[in-house]
Amino acid sequence: MKILVPIKRVVDYNVKVRPKADESGVDLNNVKMAINPFCEIAVEEAVRLKEAGSATEIIAVTVGATNTQEQLRTALALGADRAILVETDIEVEPLGISKVLKAIVEKESPDLIIMGKQAIDGDNNQTGQMLAALMGYPQATFASELKISDNKAEVIREVDGGLQTISINLPAVVTSDLRLNEPRYASLPNIMKAKQKQLDVINSGDLGVDLNPRISTVKVSPPPEREAGIIVESVDQLVEKLKNEAKVIS
Amino acid sequence: MTALVIAEHDNNELKVSTQNTISAALKIEDDIHILVAGLNCNSVAEEAATCEGVSKILYVDSSEYENFLAENMSSLIKNISTDYSSILAPSTTNGKNYMPRVAALMDVSQVSDIISVESEDTFQRPIYAGSCIATVKSSDSVKVITVRTTAFDASPKGTGSAEILKLEEVNDAGLSQFIKDELAKSDRPELTAAEIVISGGRGMQNGDNFSLLEGIADKLGAAIGASRAAVDSGFVPNDYQVGQTGKIVAPDLYIAVGISGAIQHLAGMKDSKVIVAINKDEDAPIFQVADYGLVADLFTALPEMESKI
Repeated sequence: MKILVPIKRVVDYNVKVRPKADESGVDLNNVKMAINPFCEIAVEEAVRLKEAGSATEIIAVTVGATNTQEQLRTALALGADRAILVETDIEVEPLGISKVLKAIVEKESPDLIIMGKQAIDGDNNQTGQMLAALMGYPQATFASELKISDNKAEVIREVDGGLQTISINLPAVVTSDLRLNEPRYASLPNIMKAKQKQLDVINSGDLGVDLNPRISTVKVSPPPEREAGIIVESVDQLVEKLKNEAKVIS
Repeated sequence: MTALVIAEHDNNELKVSTQNTISAALKIEDDIHILVAGLNCNSVAEEAATCEGVSKILYVDSSEYENFLAENMSSLIKNISTDYSSILAPSTTNGKNYMPRVAALMDVSQVSDIISVESEDTFQRPIYAGSCIATVKSSDSVKVITVRTTAFDASPKGTGSAEILKLEEVNDAGLSQFIKDELAKSDRPELTAAEIVISGGRGMQNGDNFSLLEGIADKLGAAIGASRAAVDSGFVPNDYQVGQTGKIVAPDLYIAVGISGAIQHLAGMKDSKVIVAINKDEDAPIFQVADYGLVADLFTALPEMESKI
């Protein structure tokens, strides 16, 4: 079984980002970049399937500028076998990304695509579902458990009310939730080995895919600030404030 | 023009998130139709027909829609989408699951999780866990939108009288099968609809200690939530999680107990009207968003609070 893992380069989750002073976008000067945490979980799941003997090859793919090779190398260090960068300098929307991924899926014919449920920058939560739609594949989003057998995947999904189990035919798209697994750290020898692994670069223009944006950003502004509160001295004072000042309990 | 709102329901009753979505839709279009798709969900269609501002209910009753599988729901929505200029669903796990699939089938981009409508094509949405608010303009001829329900008041229900049109639409893609749901049973209000929420974090130390929150929740009629740390540690199930990737809540009162206040948690609760933080670490970031902070050991503060409310 061949697994494709699309990943994204994002601002590290510990960084507190701010809008630019002119509100034209997000200030990304000199911020630490990393592989999107949900994508890391997706890579880990693919590696575990390979270690368990269910998968034979793992291909990591991303769409972005030359520097996204860093995150592909991270995926290779975690256990992906080879990587593909579809290079573009424009910021591509989830719909465009899913069209690029469709072209890669058609070329590579993976049996399973595992990817993060959302990227922590745009918080869109769209690309996996869109890719599944364009391919006519089934989807299992927000996965917290994945079992493969007989050309099917049984997936436990995290839903609002609790957990839902579904079975999907392969090939399919699975998107990872937080509790699918706990990703490993790449070891130093594996980081060194990753530098030798195959990384192909494809120019996005060569895929003949429409990447024109449909959504334009008018401005990016800071969220409304909360006014500073007070520290109360005791439970008595807290209960008194909630009753008489905030009037939220009676 | 007309907007289509996809109803969120459980085949028995309409969820209030549908009414929040109607409010958002009414800011974009004057006329609203609602799709009620499910199995044996006639009562939901009748309930939806009483929502104000709605002129028609498209009602589809068939086993393929019983569990709202994305493949079947997205084909259905795409098939009936032709007459609409906007299609909206709440940002529930159902809406998040099938709406991007609808958008891709229609070759349009989706605008996720809107928190305000600036005009018929311009919307605000949070990005980077709410650290920034983006104002975005869609050039697509049909807008496919998911709605952050906490940002819109529920539109009224009970007085409208929309026409119910039953459709015979069968779309079994045959790609996926529902096996089972394991849904939490609780007498408490739903987390996303509760007026008061009390949440526990890593500081609770274990699942048994959540009983300290339950006593207070029972007295206040509150729902119980948790931080990601508490869920990852196995203290409570995943449906308790409040945050960037869990549930978004905005109750009148949010009480955070033993929660440090990582930005990913704040993203899920900082629009609450009044925030209380109880934490023994006075430097915890949660105090920066709290209206009332109490620096105390939760194991003494909680029993005392329960006895005094």
